[in-house]
Amino acid sequence: MATRPKKTSPKTADPKNFSAEQTLEYYREMMLIRRFEEKAGQLYGMGLIGGFCHLYIGQEAVVTGVQSAMVEGDSVITSYRDHGHMLACGMDAKGVMAELTGREGGYSKGKGGSMHMFSVERGFFGGHGIVGAQVPLGTGIAFAHKYNETGKISATYLGDGAVNQGQVYEAFNMAALWKLPALIIIENNQYGMGTAVGRASASTELFKRGQAYGIPGEQVDGMDVFKVFAAAQNAVDYIRSGKGPMILEMKTYRYRGHSMSDPAKYRSKEEVQKMRSEQDPIERLKEFILSAGHSDEAALKAIDKEIKAIVTEAADFAQTSPEPQPSELYTDVYV
Amino acid sequence: MSIDILMPALSPTMTEGTLAKWLVNEGDSVNSGDVIAEIETDKATMEVEAVDEGVVAKLLVAEGTENVAVNSVIAVLAEEGEDASSVSAGGSAPTPAVAQAAAAPAPAAAAPAAPAAAPVSAASQAEAEWDGPTKTLSVREALRDAMAEEMRANEQVFLMGEEVAEYNGAYKVSQGLLDEFGSKRVIDTPITEQGFTGIAVGAAFMGLRPIVEFMTFNFAMQAIDQIINSAAKTLYMSGGQIKSPIVFRGANGAASRVAAQHSQCYGAWYSHVPGLHVVSPYSAADAKGLLKSAIRSETPVVFLENELLYGDTGEVPDSDDWTVPIGKAKIVRSGSDVTITAFSIMVKKALAAADALAEQGISAEVIDLRSLRPLDTKTILASVRKTNRIVTCEEGWGQSGIGAEISARIMEQAFDYLDAPVTRVYGEDVPMPYAANLEQLALPQAEHIVEAAKAVCYK
Ligand SMILES: Cc1ncc(C[n+]2csc(CCOP(=O)(O)OP(=O)(O)O)c2C)c(N)n1
Ligand SMILES: [Mg+2]
Repeated sequence: MATRPKKTSPKTADPKNFSAEQTLEYYREMMLIRRFEEKAGQLYGMGLIGGFCHLYIGQEAVVTGVQSAMVEGDSVITSYRDHGHMLACGMDAKGVMAELTGREGGYSKGKGGSMHMFSVERGFFGGHGIVGAQVPLGTGIAFAHKYNETGKISATYLGDGAVNQGQVYEAFNMAALWKLPALIIIENNQYGMGTAVGRASASTELFKRGQAYGIPGEQVDGMDVFKVFAAAQNAVDYIRSGKGPMILEMKTYRYRGHSMSDPAKYRSKEEVQKMRSEQDPIERLKEFILSAGHSDEAALKAIDKEIKAIVTEAADFAQTSPEPQPSELYTDVYV
Repeated sequence: MSIDILMPALSPTMTEGTLAKWLVNEGDSVNSGDVIAEIETDKATMEVEAVDEGVVAKLLVAEGTENVAVNSVIAVLAEEGEDASSVSAGGSAPTPAVAQAAAAPAPAAAAPAAPAAAPVSAASQAEAEWDGPTKTLSVREALRDAMAEEMRANEQVFLMGEEVAEYNGAYKVSQGLLDEFGSKRVIDTPITEQGFTGIAVGAAFMGLRPIVEFMTFNFAMQAIDQIINSAAKTLYMSGGQIKSPIVFRGANGAASRVAAQHSQCYGAWYSHVPGLHVVSPYSAADAKGLLKSAIRSETPVVFLENELLYGDTGEVPDSDDWTVPIGKAKIVRSGSDVTITAFSIMVKKALAAADALAEQGISAEVIDLRSLRPLDTKTILASVRKTNRIVTCEEGWGQSGIGAEISARIMEQAFDYLDAPVTRVYGEDVPMPYAANLEQLALPQAEHIVEAAKAVCYK
């Protein structure tokens, strides 16, 4: 399944139409992703997480808003920047963190790592390390939903860098040709590694990338969870009605480096600082919650505390779960 | 409780760095995400962010200090409500257990000396001898029948590819399938190998059982990333959660007079990859029996056909249930003097060579490998232990080829049985030429097999 059961469905982006409960749920979810990622960064710094580790900090509103428009049975697929997506799909923080540390208790028994995790139970199909490859795969998942007439949809996330891969357009074409129930979410965080969008894309209006195939697209403020939800809900309704795929371009920003070892020479500190202080999705939501009287500082602190406990427990589990047995080397190569 | 802030590693290889600058002072409050210091490595300057909130109690390493070891304590944070002035380093979280684990990140799972348990799941037995009724079918018809029978048996099986539906297949292999199964299950795709292969693999993740037809395997190079990185590896990377029950099939190997880009054998390429099964039948019966097994398999199967064999006919067991297990070779001619291994169209040439050799008094045993992964080493070794000589044949290039692999396995497991060096017959080490005479020269022919067999028999 794609999201935890929780639903009010205002079709507009006006925060006033969202219940206090829903609003606080957004806060909780985004905070969980942020604290989880900070902890992952810390464990990386301690040498407990190896290899590539791509943090989602700054982009939390995107997956949180989109996933809250999905229902049980919908499917999700994304790239290697996947920790937030897994948490938003309701996967257990302990299993995700233990996969990051390469332990037996991880979702892939330690054999996939940060970039390759899956949960069939939660409808999460990875976690893919080849930039762009998840787009045909996600389209194939949509194909299966249509073939089996499940009435469910497939959500495929990709980056502003991935959007230039040829296979993305091959998939767009077939998704439109066969009217597949595919939601395409382009997470435009302004950079593909060190390359700013404008240095890689002849046209930077990424939501128009489906135009040639008649796929409608919309640009959304991906730092505003309410706007993300409203756009996603409209797209999901459109797709479920059998009209075929739709593209949402989420304008967002990643605060941290591309992966942990990123010298960050391609953008200024001021740029990052400005985004953080003016656009931060969690701060924006927090201000709204307080001004709307949905909650007070003390109650939010209590949520923070709960989240801290979840993350601490995940980190402890990720360090105490044993490394996989040597015999695991040979399992799961063949069925 | 106070919190130690450790010198972080910013890359997997970093062991120490320079603490270039502190951006906070003792007594400052910090929140998660605040930048507190800059550190330098040989590659770059990077920022250190606070993970916890609290008050900076002590900065333990001065600005500008070089060679600060990763994981050493560089500052201490007092948590809310704690007296920052009374805090000391090292007495706190992260616990020593963490530091220990960090100090020894080497995998405990040292590789065993010999990979005794190679995970290639071969069938334990070859198919039983068939003594029921048979039908004379072409390889083309046998392949079509296999798909039709499996599609009748299982709704989740479908066929997709270029020209497979309305055109009935570029080589007419899918003749009649659209009529019988309709456009939901026999799907013409745009010319977009990487895209439709990825779509098929995604559908397989969901439990559908796609058969992907490549017009020829030359074009599958566009899709090889999806075949290997997505289909073959996802079971492993998902810890066994996600299967890819999919068949990639189509014409492989040299066709006739189509030159370099349309004439190549990919047997060795795919046989290299754990997570895949690779088969390449010669006879009509094996084409049918193996394709049925491939469609039923939970493992992604690369099914290499040969255009020049599509019209060849043979006796095929007349039964929907009859299958040929993947991973079992077949002795198609027994002999005592020399073993000849081959697959696909080279079996035809090997059999012709065996006839010629018989006339010269040499008794050749011909093994049709049928499966390239798992490779039926057992059958090959048993034969070599009997004949003490072996010639391997393949159309593809020699380097890192199937023959090279068989040769290595014999060296490892039957060295003492050899009376002559393992000898390989393979395609010339050039792109396939167009000119009729050059093409003939580039391909291994029956004569080459005869020569090689005579050489290992010292005749
Ligand atoms: C096919 C392929 N080429 C290159 C890479 C290396 N690589 C990994 S991530 C990345 C940048 C992708 O940027 P974007 O799509 O914007 O995603 P983001 O990292 O911003 O989430 C590159 C070039 C890869 N993993 N796969
Ligand atoms: Mg990007």
